[in-house]
Amino acid sequence: MSELDELLQAFGEAGGDKGALADAGIAHLSVSGSSILSAREVEGIDVHARETRNGISAKIVVREGVKLLKPVHLCFGVLHKKGTQKIVMDVKLEKNSSATFLAHCIFPKAEKVRHIMDAVVDIGEGAEMRYSETHYHGLYGGIEVIPRLAVTVGKNGRYYTDFTLVNGRVGSLAIDYDVIAGENAVVELVARVFGHADDDVKIREKVTLAGENARGLIKARVAVEDEATAEITGITEGNAAGSRGHVDCMEIVKDHAVAKAYPYVQVNNPLAKVTHEAAIGSVDKRQMETLMAHGLSPEEAVDVIVKGILR
Amino acid sequence: MPLLEVDNIIFGTGPDGKTPILEGLSLFIEPGEVHALLGTNGTGKSTLAYLLMGCVGYRPAQGEIRFDGANINTLAIHERARLGITMAWQEPVRFEGITVRDYLSIRQNGVDPAACLDMVGLAPALYLTRMVDKCLSGGERKRIELASILALRPRLAILDEPDSGIDMLSIQDVINVITAFRKKGTAVLLITHREEIATIADRASQLCYGKIICSGSPGNVAEHYKSRHCLTCNGVECHYV
Repeated sequence: MSELDELLQAFGEAGGDKGALADAGIAHLSVSGSSILSAREVEGIDVHARETRNGISAKIVVREGVKLLKPVHLCFGVLHKKGTQKIVMDVKLEKNSSATFLAHCIFPKAEKVRHIMDAVVDIGEGAEMRYSETHYHGLYGGIEVIPRLAVTVGKNGRYYTDFTLVNGRVGSLAIDYDVIAGENAVVELVARVFGHADDDVKIREKVTLAGENARGLIKARVAVEDEATAEITGITEGNAAGSRGHVDCMEIVKDHAVAKAYPYVQVNNPLAKVTHEAAIGSVDKRQMETLMAHGLSPEEAVDVIVKGILR
Repeated sequence: MPLLEVDNIIFGTGPDGKTPILEGLSLFIEPGEVHALLGTNGTGKSTLAYLLMGCVGYRPAQGEIRFDGANINTLAIHERARLGITMAWQEPVRFEGITVRDYLSIRQNGVDPAACLDMVGLAPALYLTRMVDKCLSGGERKRIELASILALRPRLAILDEPDSGIDMLSIQDVINVITAFRKKGTAVLLITHREEIATIADRASQLCYGKIICSGSPGNVAEHYKSRHCLTCNGVECHYV
């Protein structure tokens, strides 16, 4: 079986749409380790990718005014037990363009794998980008994931991202996102992670509301069980008049797991407003009782609640 | 044989459990009977509901709760639910990431969630895909809770103030739900403050500071309730008069 076939098989088993990668109308980039296995451009988007010593470097541009109707598929993975993959991405959405990116990161056999993503994103005036990243890890926990992201959102621009890692072991995760929102820009960062065994989850997300009337939401939903640990830091700065931000962190802790939350809000303009909420603890007693009154056992009720917040 | 028998239960709160809430309360409900429970705020109606459902921290200090003739005092909530007892809470909790369709499908027996929503006056096309979260209004959430109880087809439904938070024009939907329970042979313990809801019951009881002080036809019990006259102690102990 070729490496592409192997990646596609893992992609399919992880719930990915293999047909999307074969569709001539859908742009995509598939990378295994440091090998670019396949890539496709469509009208309005330029994808320039090259292999590097331990990964790839890619520049993606969505041209001015182009609104991609179908999502761009990104498939990154390390199929071997050991290895390092560093993805360097430079993404630009030109003025009034819009695109959705679906990224699948697949590490089914990872015993000693390091996956680093260094991305710089520039959202132009009036442009909109949706970026959804889903990870599929194996059961060994020998993986280190380091996604770093620096985003600038221009006037009237919109940036939505969600990161999901709820299947398999997390291993060690260290998210570091930094977003600057311009005038009337909207930013939404969502992360959902389920840690098991001795997994270590660290999420640091920062939104700077730099432009007037900018809006920002940081939302984290994390569940940890066994001996896993989680530390969530949500930072929002309101620097301009009319800017509004909110940090919302919820963590469910089971067994001997430990969770911490650090919502950090700062307002540097009297006409800005930033709020936060954080809830950490075991599963809500009233939610449990309600589901048990529907006939679910305590274990089934916890499962439904945890799956719900990670959905 | 009654479906539910509450026999002389005593229950208190506080660190030592000695702050009395229910003091020798007895009650029975026949299969398929709609039984209204009236009483002023703080008399123990919701406490009785939690005791019947088996919520954590709610076990009688004395007395028995029997369902189908068997003592269920020690059973957990889900064990009681699997016998056919369930409850619609006065203030239902919200759930992130659970759609109304999924919520109405929990352990139900082939019941159509859309039909249950119709029954409570909510359009399935608008609500089935919504989340049971804080985006719902209080009234919407209460109706969805009622729909979920309908979907479970219980043998005993405890409805804790199903009409509170429901707008005036939609009270008929609550009455329709209770009527639907009756048609399906589900017994209902109906906790309410509204006379027009109570009077659709088959029987009613008035709870006054931990005791049932009056039982009978809903009309008579409602009249007694409004008369502010306690026949048991003439108001000396319960301070009802």
